Amino acid sequence: MADDVVLKLYRGDAAGGELVDYEVPRAPGMVVLDAVHSVQAMHAPDLAVRWNCKAGRCGSCGAEVNGRPRLMCMDRLDKYPPDEPISVRPMRTFPVVKDLVCDVSWNFEVNKRIPPFQMREGVEPRFSQAEADRVQEFRKCIECFLCQNVCHVLREHHEQEQFCGPRFLVRLAGLEMHPLDTADRLPLIHKQFGIGLCNITKCCTEVCPESIAITDNAIIPLKERVVDRFYDPVKKLFRVLRGR
Amino acid sequence: MDKYETHAYDVVVVGAGGAGLRAAIESSARGAKTALVCKSLLGKAHTVMAEGGIAAALANNEPRDNWQVHFRDTMKGGKFLNQWRMAELHAKEAPERVRELESWGAVFDRTKDGAILQRNFGGHTYPRLAHVGDRTGLEMIRTLQDRGVHQGIDVYMECTVRRVFVADGRAAGCFAYWRESGRFIVFRAKAVVLATGGIGRCWEISSNSWEYTGDGHALAYWAGADLIDMEFVQFHPTGMVWPPSVRGTLITEGVRGEGGVLKNSQGQRFMFDCVPELYAGEFAETEEESNRWVQDVIAGRRPEARRPPELLTRDVVARAIRREVREGRGSPHGGVLLDIASYRTPEAIKKKLPGMYHQFKELADVDITAEPMEVGPTCHYMMGGVRVDAETQESTLPGLYAAGEVAGGMHGANRLGGNSLSDLLVFGKRAGEFAAHEARGRPSLPAINEDEVAAAARQALAPFERTDGENPYALHEDLRRMMHKYVGIVRNEEDLKIALDELGNLRERARHVKVGGTIQYNPGWHLALDLANMLDTSEAVTRAALVRQESRGAHTRDDFPDSDATWGKQNVIVRKKGEPMSVATEPLSEMPAELKQLLKGG
Ligand SMILES: Cc1cc2nc3c(=O)[nH]c(=O)nc-3n(C[C@H](O)[C@H](O)[C@H](O)COP(=O)(O)OP(=O)(O)OC[C@H]3O[C@@H](n4cnc5c(N)ncnc54)[C@H](O)[C@@H]3O)c2cc1C
Ligand code: SF4
Ligand code: SF4
Ligand code: FES
Repeated sequence: MADDVVLKLYRGDAAGGELVDYEVPRAPGMVVLDAVHSVQAMHAPDLAVRWNCKAGRCGSCGAEVNGRPRLMCMDRLDKYPPDEPISVRPMRTFPVVKDLVCDVSWNFEVNKRIPPFQMREGVEPRFSQAEADRVQEFRKCIECFLCQNVCHVLREHHEQEQFCGPRFLVRLAGLEMHPLDTADRLPLIHKQFGIGLCNITKCCTEVCPESIAITDNAIIPLKERVVDRFYDPVKKLFRVLRGR
Repeated sequence: MDKYETHAYDVVVVGAGGAGLRAAIESSARGAKTALVCKSLLGKAHTVMAEGGIAAALANNEPRDNWQVHFRDTMKGGKFLNQWRMAELHAKEAPERVRELESWGAVFDRTKDGAILQRNFGGHTYPRLAHVGDRTGLEMIRTLQDRGVHQGIDVYMECTVRRVFVADGRAAGCFAYWRESGRFIVFRAKAVVLATGGIGRCWEISSNSWEYTGDGHALAYWAGADLIDMEFVQFHPTGMVWPPSVRGTLITEGVRGEGGVLKNSQGQRFMFDCVPELYAGEFAETEEESNRWVQDVIAGRRPEARRPPELLTRDVVARAIRREVREGRGSPHGGVLLDIASYRTPEAIKKKLPGMYHQFKELADVDITAEPMEVGPTCHYMMGGVRVDAETQESTLPGLYAAGEVAGGMHGANRLGGNSLSDLLVFGKRAGEFAAHEARGRPSLPAINEDEVAAAARQALAPFERTDGENPYALHEDLRRMMHKYVGIVRNEEDLKIALDELGNLRERARHVKVGGTIQYNPGWHLALDLANMLDTSEAVTRAALVRQESRGAHTRDDFPDSDATWGKQNVIVRKKGEPMSVATEPLSEMPAELKQLLKGG
């Protein structure tokens, strides 16, 4: 029917799967997630999908819509050609659990390895809005993991062991530039978190639904700090002399 | 039955929103072996969606603010039905909890001299809400999450608790299933903390996510604990109304705190006529006065003018909007207009309300820096819940605690905006502290009866065994529509009785719900199980609403339109005591004279 939409949804699990066609009615303003919910209600009650806020705030509903990484709850159907089916697949970088749900637990493990915020002792926590702005950009992250999904270091080269991915470089930047934090994470950023593996393709920045300038504002400044600390011979000598 | 995993803990916290995370952090910091169980991934709980801010009398923007004024505002907002001791502890401890959050790395918006900036919100006398633009909940949950992961708390994500076990009159643990594999888990525990949030998925138009199926309310009720104030369900005045896809999605009260005003289709600011007696003389009486207030607030001056009536409490604003729409002065899609574009510059709107700007632009094709928003009431928050001791958060079932939205009493008949996030921290901490303390005092784990485990498992698997029956989604939609129609913003005896009958029918249908597919990550099955919680929670709300024959706060009866002094001294208690559910009234406890004195001022 003219006012129906055809979805091609990935159905399957770790063992394999395929795209299955479903037809559901359109309504004004509908987003991809609405259509997926209609499929659940009308055709496939056991269709697995994650969501919570339905307002782009929780980062649960990331998927690949017509091959592009999107939050399904913010992706309007009327942005797609009306007479073509829309395909929805789970994010490819992570193992499929079932249907549109994938196993993102690796991300939570990486997060645990980041040394926590360490408050400067004995000062009143006062800082300006300008200082706040700088880290608030990073703290906007909703952990949708779309950036992790597109980063080729993870997606194509599977460097999960060596590289923490853009999401966690953002988190690290948020901690490193926090006006009240005192912990030193640069050695980790340099080694365990593998910042050197990023070659600034900016694919992560392009997909970030929170418009965080991941590469320019988080990764490049961190890279500069790493270079200053570990590769600048003069500074390095200085530090050795000062016993740090 | 199949094998199931068993885990043993001192304290099991059910729910990983603000309340659950704060409870688990406290419990494990005090040496208790702690598990944190949640239905979604970590960091996705409802708390992440909170927008406007967290209320605490830090007095950064207004030196006259203090806990006493916050206490008074909270009690007044709750129409004096609040458990006064909770309101007192909340007002006193919220500032410390907010500063603690800052010391754990939270980055709030700043004042000119670098302190935490506070904004105005409905029902708060002074600017009191610490905030981060319109994403305060994200800041809070991330800060707690990052603190929590370094504390040795075991986190069970995508794991749903279905039952709290009771042994020797105490909570003894719980029964759960992994959403992913469908396998069962038994937690043995010396203390259980419920922090499961609200019940908004029982209504058709709601700001709440799929998680809000009243699980904690039902778990407590089934285990024999009392529920309190169940008739008080908050409808937030400003949900989106168009397009249908986003109907109910929240528009933060921060829009009005930042100067946004409400108008009907004739362009009238209808809130001027709606100031209730309780607030007489406290609000601006002309547009001119109201605009002066906005100008002063924008300029960071202490306003001489009184605040705009748009900042009245939510119950009042929601009813006023309903009236405008009913009387034919609504907007094209059955709401009213919320206009900030005429009062603030596009830059200011984008800076202070970036999420709202984005949400409208992307989902409704509306540019809020240039046009008004269409808004209408949406089911938002549950004031009622598990009846707890104010100091310890222990329920009437020993060893079972509750904190956050699932707990009742703190907010009385109506919650003020911003008082939930602070509630989560103040009482989450207390619940964790006292649960850990309780666990320490009990050398051995309580026993759990194998037969009960087997019964819980059988019950959970029943929907797979039915060969014919209904689709759980259809039944859920019918429940939501029914509750909206008969147990909505305005109620009466006739409607409530219809609702009870309808609940009976739905219950019968729910016995025949069938699910297809396998036990792996099967949302149809999950929903089929959640129907049981929603039906019992809905019934508790309906029965309590039927009993309270007056209008107060969020509970409006058109057959009893006035507040009644006798009812103002009674709480309605729901408990399991045979069939049907038992509903009783109990007198409020007497408030000490010095607190009563505080209510007189202002
Ligand atoms: C859109 C929106 C905006 C809001 N803005 C504000 C605001 O600005 N200021 C304010 O003070 N309040 C605000 N509120 C209210 C406030 O956000 C909530 O009341 C509060 O976050 C609830 O926190 P909680 O910790 O009690 O529960 P939640 O954060 O909802 O967490 C509940 C947890 O329990 C888990 N759970 C539930 N059932 C089970 C089960 N059976 N088994 C296992 N786990 C379970 C869930 O998975 C989740 O982890 C807002 C609410 C909404 C919806
Ligand atoms: S810029 Fe770096 S982190 Fe981002 S996608 Fe490219 S390689 Fe990955
Ligand atoms: S940085 Fe952006 S894309 Fe990456 S997880 Fe956070 S919000 Fe998503
Ligand atoms: S459901 Fe929360 S971001 Fe889509």
